[in-house]
Amino acid sequence: MHAAGAVAFGAARRSGGPLNAVGGWWFVVGWDDMDLRTLVQLGIIGFTFFMLINASAILVLAERKIMGFMQQRYGPYLVGPHGVLQPLADILKLLFKEELRPKDADKWLFTLAPMISVTAAFAAFATVPWGAETTFFGLLETPVKLGVSDINVGVLVVFAITSMGVYGIVLAGWSSNSKYSLLGGLRSSAQMISYELAYATALASVVMLAGSLSLRDVVDAQAGYWWGFIPRWYLFLQPVGFIIYVIAGVAETNRAPFDFPEAEQELVAGYNTEYSSVRFALFPQAEYINMATMSAVATDLYLGGWHGPFLPAEYGWIWFLAKVGLILFTYIWVRWTVPRYRYDQLMQFGWKWLFPAAVLNLIVTAALVLYFNV
Amino acid sequence: MSDTILFYLLAGVAIGASALVIGQRNPMYSIMLLITSFGALAGLYIQLDAPFVAMAQIIVYAGAIMVLFLFVVMLLNAPQEDAAGWDRAHPMRRTGVGRFGALLAVLLVVQLTWALGRVAGLDAPVAGRGDAAVVGSVRELGRVLFTDYVFAFEATSILILAAMVGAVLLARREGDR
Repeated sequence: MHAAGAVAFGAARRSGGPLNAVGGWWFVVGWDDMDLRTLVQLGIIGFTFFMLINASAILVLAERKIMGFMQQRYGPYLVGPHGVLQPLADILKLLFKEELRPKDADKWLFTLAPMISVTAAFAAFATVPWGAETTFFGLLETPVKLGVSDINVGVLVVFAITSMGVYGIVLAGWSSNSKYSLLGGLRSSAQMISYELAYATALASVVMLAGSLSLRDVVDAQAGYWWGFIPRWYLFLQPVGFIIYVIAGVAETNRAPFDFPEAEQELVAGYNTEYSSVRFALFPQAEYINMATMSAVATDLYLGGWHGPFLPAEYGWIWFLAKVGLILFTYIWVRWTVPRYRYDQLMQFGWKWLFPAAVLNLIVTAALVLYFNV
Repeated sequence: MSDTILFYLLAGVAIGASALVIGQRNPMYSIMLLITSFGALAGLYIQLDAPFVAMAQIIVYAGAIMVLFLFVVMLLNAPQEDAAGWDRAHPMRRTGVGRFGALLAVLLVVQLTWALGRVAGLDAPVAGRGDAAVVGSVRELGRVLFTDYVFAFEATSILILAAMVGAVLLARREGDR
């Protein structure tokens, strides 16, 4: 498109309305809508990545502040107003620490392990949608979907990539060549295998209700209200499934009361005992990002995602953030309230209670879906 | 074009990683390379418009079975293959099981060459019902599994169940409850 035509076309768009003025400006530059769309899509991906990095920092701070509140003290208070800049200080401190590696450690796998952990944590968010379709107030001609990508097996992608994260922990435990690390890694793999089953079975029930494996379809199936006031969230259709999902989520992210891989009274620090500096920092970062992903997926699957009252669809991401925040607060709350289980109790609970309950839930859901044909 | 590049990249990773799997002394490295190979395979499935199969590949093989492998290798604590006791004789000159295994390997190579030689017209679309997106969809896959191939499907699951029961039976020592 030559320049004069571009200007003329831009002017034509500008006359369409005040909001189109922004779109018109891009046309003067000579970009068409597809270029702009690509740019916006890249922007959304970058923003999601940036927010995930932020999530780990914010969660560290939130965890320490809430822990402090629950233990009747202030928590971090010195860096910045009320200590809000504490995560930055922590990161700087970790960056300048010496990177140690035990002499007998396997140097390749020792370096690879934290990378696997954090890569899996970031990548798992790739198919999690976090907002409705939007045109950014008329900037784009056709709406884009808020989220990195939307593919028709999104639920499975999240599950598959999350299950890759266990390799980071297991390899960290093995390659450190230390008995505490090895025990931590072994416990972690056993725990994750056990709880993944219940987790996947809970997911399957929701997928059956929605009739789609795409997370966006699952969210959109929860739009609207029953009798005009109860939101059509799957939480109300799948209360057992939701509880199973949250419990399995705590176990999958290795948090208290299921934090056996790093049970400090028995294992020093478990799989990350021998790690220091940035290599160490990647493990908690992966854990916090996994928490955020778990909560985001729970929001999409059970709490109606960005659907909620009072706000127009364009601002649905505010509801999404609020719901994710609520679940994350519950995670932290549970961690500082409930004491750690014993390891055999964890296994017994996983295999003898949680998994049968999930299977029963699946069967009942399947029967009801068939009967009511929803 | 980018599809072709991606295909050769994924295929290269899959073949290269698989070749390296058998070249490793350390079984941990072999496992990691095998997972890499599975990942590349999943990528190839996605290129074939079969995202469900790709994800099943990652969840079942890379996610579940390889964790089990890792678990066993870690527990056996065998970082190096025992080089001293390694039989350096030519596989065909070994006795008994060793020679049988070598024969099977030769047979596999012959079979693969034969099968690949028979394949023709790879650039033509695969004859089948409808387009690839429909064939690869979860709905269609489930329908086919529970209608046309239900016997094979159920027989496989019974086989796996039998293997599991057998493993539990073997692992249970005498005198245990």
